[in-house]
Amino acid sequence: MIVSKKDIPNFLDKLISEYQVFAPVKEETYTLFKQICSGADAALDAGNTKLPAKEIFFPQSEKLFSYNVSEEGARLEAPVDDQKKVIFGVRPCDAKSLTLLDNVFNNDKYQDPYYLTRRNNTIMIGIGCNSPASTCFCTSVNGGPFDTKGLDLLLVDTGDAYVVEVVSDKGREIAEKAGFAAAADANKDAAAKVKQDAVVTCQVNIDGLKAKLDVNFYDSIWEKIHEKCLGCGACTYLCPTCHCFDIVDEATDCNGCRVRNWDSCAFPLFTLHGSGHNPRTSNKERYRNRIMHKFKYFVDNFNEIACVGCGRCIKNCPVNMDIRVVLEDIRGSEARLDS
Amino acid sequence: MQKLTAQIKDAAKKLLEEKKVDLVIGFAEGSLPLRGTPFFARTSEEADKLTWSRGCENNLANYLRKREDKVAVVAKGCDVRSIVALIKENQINRDNLYIIGVPCNGMIDRKKVNAMLGGREVLAMEENGDTVVLKGKDFSETVNITDLLHSSCQDCRYGNPVVYDELMGELLPEKGEDDFADVKEFAAKSAAERRAYLAKEFSKCIRCYACRNACPMCYCEECFVDCSQPEWIGKSAANTEDNILFQVVRVFHSAGRCADCGACERACPMGINLRLLTRKMVNDVKELFNAETGVNMDDKAALATFTANDPEPFLVKE
Repeated sequence: MIVSKKDIPNFLDKLISEYQVFAPVKEETYTLFKQICSGADAALDAGNTKLPAKEIFFPQSEKLFSYNVSEEGARLEAPVDDQKKVIFGVRPCDAKSLTLLDNVFNNDKYQDPYYLTRRNNTIMIGIGCNSPASTCFCTSVNGGPFDTKGLDLLLVDTGDAYVVEVVSDKGREIAEKAGFAAAADANKDAAAKVKQDAVVTCQVNIDGLKAKLDVNFYDSIWEKIHEKCLGCGACTYLCPTCHCFDIVDEATDCNGCRVRNWDSCAFPLFTLHGSGHNPRTSNKERYRNRIMHKFKYFVDNFNEIACVGCGRCIKNCPVNMDIRVVLEDIRGSEARLDS
Repeated sequence: MQKLTAQIKDAAKKLLEEKKVDLVIGFAEGSLPLRGTPFFARTSEEADKLTWSRGCENNLANYLRKREDKVAVVAKGCDVRSIVALIKENQINRDNLYIIGVPCNGMIDRKKVNAMLGGREVLAMEENGDTVVLKGKDFSETVNITDLLHSSCQDCRYGNPVVYDELMGELLPEKGEDDFADVKEFAAKSAAERRAYLAKEFSKCIRCYACRNACPMCYCEECFVDCSQPEWIGKSAANTEDNILFQVVRVFHSAGRCADCGACERACPMGINLRLLTRKMVNDVKELFNAETGVNMDDKAALATFTANDPEPFLVKE
């Protein structure tokens, strides 16, 4: 199927009448996913958004429930957002990140109603990346600029139009309802050419990385690696796969709510025990945790790497702490694999 | 810049080889175009990686507090001002610090580069005297460096290190006084306009605390935003008022201590105009107490002293 770019605002306007529609919106010097009221507000040519799409499913602050105690007793409200949503213009790396988060919020031990309800009610329409940035390394972490994981439809930008690839039944339904025209062979060829030309130049070699991380917890390399890290949360908060959170009560007298906020392993409060003890006493342990969680623990638990190679942490770190360099340093380190 | 790089390497190697210091903190070439990244050299071989460019934007004073080892630091004007302030606050032992001073006429703001290129990705930047060549896929543009400098560098009057043990290159011509035109322009707006602007800026905040952590003067053992008992401030980034409260308290806490290095604003991934607040404070401290942070070793910290000669225009005088 194919849809002309000039028909996209109209397509989105129709969706808006039925769904909450989120799309990249221009904000001064970058784009952010925001709910749009008009299809014309979507900014689709500006590369990836500053913040990933995970926030729509797993907000930075989420009210889990609110409560109130009065003479009549206690009242508890736990609203779950079950609005039907469409995410339009999500990039394949961000779409894939949600399939990774699914492991955390939907597994044998726990199903998170807040996250899951949103996931189940959302249609993901992605746009492939014709010009991957120099900081993109999706192909090194089992992704790609036209990867369809986590998507219902994938749009391939062929200049004046998008060639539409149906990925799921939900996607087929929405595409058929929109009445997209069938793509001619020439369009399909153009899409194939675009895909072929979109080369991710940056390659990060992660062969043997997991084996190293399995044994190098106490390696001296961590002393050096973390040294320039400032311990801020920019990388974690901009990361599409970071998902640690902290739960706090915000209450005054008999009214309050329980809020789930994003947490960051870079912060001194992370894993601070009630006793005052923290097993991660310094920046070294915290930065090690960031790498271990993504490239070892997550692999141990779910058999996938918790990094999609979007490059946001690379572009935004205040001290140019580059995860590609860190991984290469670890891989090249002399940690004994037989110890 | 190449000359400065060579000089820095030589100075660092000499210090390490002669065992005058255990460590040299400077910059190595980073992984992005024209980006220097903080670097810790402990051997002469490692010192060979040191560099100097228009991308050495971080304030390295941040790495110098409470160190036990003997350290040399490659420090530009703003780094040295923060170092001086930290020495006065007993955070740095001057006897254990060797300052390799580098006169600086400004660092390039990558956010400005990106804005100028309108979404096109810069793959290489080459300095060429007063201009820089921005290169990307299918384009090459020559731009005046002055148009790309961080706003803190454009406002800076102390590019020359005020204290050093060894100077790299030569001192630059002194600049005139800062007129704080931006602060005055903002102050002239109505309260509603100011409130609206701050609300817009701080709605962008994601509470990553990069501003706080990049600031050499932010070193409380427990930051008030992290304290949960009592909870001084809401932890949610969704509340713009809490975001403003966080920043206002942070700025007040840096009164008379902020060297206006701009590290907070550079660190902010969301591009918040943080220097508007810090500069208002710097301007106030200048006007009320005739004090500037870290411009010499003699002055006492503005809030740690009293002189009968303070301008103190807020006092009613007979």
